[in-house]
Amino acid sequence: MFTVLRCVIYRDLLLASRRWADVLTALVFFVIVVSLFPLGVGPEPNLLRTIAPGVIWVAALLASMLSLTRMFAADYADGTLEQMLLSAAPLGAIVAAKIVAHWLVTGLLVVLIAPVLALQFDLHQPLLGTLTLSLLLGTPVLSMIGAIGAALTLGLRGGGALLSLLVLPLYVPVLIIGAGSVDMAAVGLGAEAHFLLLAALLVVAAAFAPWAAAAALRISAE
Amino acid sequence: MRGRRRLFGGLNFALRGGDLLRVTGANGSGKTSLLRILCGLLSPVCGDVRWHGDNIRSLREEYWQQLLYIGHAHAVKEELTALENLVVSCTLVGVNVSREQALEALSRLGLAGYEALPVKILSRGQQRRVTLSRLFLSEKIPLWILDEPFDALDAGAVDCVRLLIAQHLARGGGVVLTTYQQIQIENPQVQCINLDSRVN
Repeated sequence: MFTVLRCVIYRDLLLASRRWADVLTALVFFVIVVSLFPLGVGPEPNLLRTIAPGVIWVAALLASMLSLTRMFAADYADGTLEQMLLSAAPLGAIVAAKIVAHWLVTGLLVVLIAPVLALQFDLHQPLLGTLTLSLLLGTPVLSMIGAIGAALTLGLRGGGALLSLLVLPLYVPVLIIGAGSVDMAAVGLGAEAHFLLLAALLVVAAAFAPWAAAAALRISAE
Repeated sequence: MRGRRRLFGGLNFALRGGDLLRVTGANGSGKTSLLRILCGLLSPVCGDVRWHGDNIRSLREEYWQQLLYIGHAHAVKEELTALENLVVSCTLVGVNVSREQALEALSRLGLAGYEALPVKILSRGQQRRVTLSRLFLSEKIPLWILDEPFDALDAGAVDCVRLLIAQHLARGGGVVLTTYQQIQIENPQVQCINLDSRVN
């Protein structure tokens, strides 16, 4: 089974490296959305510092969602998904591998570039670490919840818009807790409680999301 | 049933080792749907499919380990090379292949020299060959379900695939296939199902 998982992750990363424009689109989108805020709001340092965590988190949400429609669509169109449904390995495990690959090419890049973008908002140095850690815990949850939505809307006309309607409300807890952790650290209270909550969300999502997405895929592929 | 339309009903058949089942019928008569039901991708409105006496819906992965399904779609990734595609699709269904075995399979289907090219620059027939080269590496899988295997192939490749199917049947494997072409496969145990006469 682990051979199959490694193979799926390797394949998806290889595909992403050959279609690097897709990966870059989501990343550039994130950079641009975040950069628009200081330009629009004006150079008032205190205001920028206050909105920074929220803005970066919302942009991370949108960037993660941007690439969700592609998660299963290509495999569905060329028949590879049928082969995955008929694989000897459990479908939930294959979906988990696809989620890992999706996070590596979107979430991880967002996490890495976020501290650089936070400089535009004059975020205090110690808070950069808090922001990065909150994104590191939160973005995998986004990929997991997104996978369920992507599997449910597979093959539908106008699936993209429906996907955002389905998935964005479910992103709300992650957004509140994630952005909240940075706010807490900013006022001098510890962010540990928020990190623990994010970690709890991560564990729960990791346990259930792949199987939920797998069940949704079986229905969508009929 | 597809939508509200009844495609076929009253089908009853058993496939033994060494049997070839040929499904024929006009476009839209439900050939692909029947094959997808046999694989467990689609559930029949009524009736069930059994493998060694057990319903495939309860066997799931245990059944799929013993099944090779080649669908109408090529199931190849355009950005990957022929070799990468073959290795990935074999690994996905639980068949571990070495690089040499995969190269050998590709060259036997006339793709020597094309292994390292991305599949998107290959022709449709060559893409089909990449998919079908899995047959060389699936000798141990007892049941083959092939949807239009000869589609887009030239005469040489058709002969090659025909031979492979005959060898598989001689080994005691079972094959279910659909095809429009009149292709003779040397085998005494051929069953035919014509879906045109099955709407009732």
